[in-house]
Amino acid sequence: MGRLLLVTIQVDMHDRLALALQDDLTARIVRDGARGVLIDISSLELVDSFIGRMLGTIASMARMLDAETVVVGMRPAVAITMVELGLALPGVRTALDVEKGMEMFRGRAGPEDGPPDHDRLQ
Amino acid sequence: MIVSSEVAGLRSSEDVLKVRQAARALAVRAGFGLVDQTKIVTAVSELARNTVTHGGGGDATLELLEEGSRRGVRFAFRDQGPGIADVELALRNGYSTCGGLGLGLGGSRRLMGEFDILTAPGKGTTVTVARWG
Repeated sequence: MGRLLLVTIQVDMHDRLALALQDDLTARIVRDGARGVLIDISSLELVDSFIGRMLGTIASMARMLDAETVVVGMRPAVAITMVELGLALPGVRTALDVEKGMEMFRGRAGPEDGPPDHDRLQ
Repeated sequence: MIVSSEVAGLRSSEDVLKVRQAARALAVRAGFGLVDQTKIVTAVSELARNTVTHGGGGDATLELLEEGSRRGVRFAFRDQGPGIADVELALRNGYSTCGGLGLGLGGSRRLMGEFDILTAPGKGTTVTVARWG
């Protein structure tokens, strides 16, 4: 079984940066043969329709490349706002934190797996 | 009463970022809690992006309001773009002319409470939203 990519989004992203992340991530999935993508959004103060769509697109693209995506660390205020906005993130799995997100992959991962690669978006 | 007012240009996605950061600072000054701040900033992000992508750019006015002991925030987004022919349709969830999710207008109306739109084909669009603490 393959590796996990851990992406930590640490900045308030403008739209072009969000699109660049989408492109970089799909390239990395193929290059590293990743089977899972964990996207940590615990630093994000908002998820609007643009970022929501980006997360959905990443999950769809990753699925096409045989990788699963789990979005972790969503803040409660962000979740409340997304529901009121009407953003449901269909097809995107979530977990409360990185630890719980890793657990979701444990069933798939073999014993030879190393620690996940960690990308930071500064 | 308007306590403070500022105007910011909206031409690029970096400008959208600046306007939502200014909106956050204003919501904090108005005394909103974290959930309300998040709702306000998210609505501002949707509307500011609309101004850039649909309106071809424009500007935003950000105001801190006071009425007796209540404080509030008000934002107006103006563009000289093509305008909206059918406002009811544009407010419907899932309706989009650009391949987006179609949540911006209707969603920001739900998030803000006070919502007003002035538009006509060829006349540009002004969306004004407000929320009181």
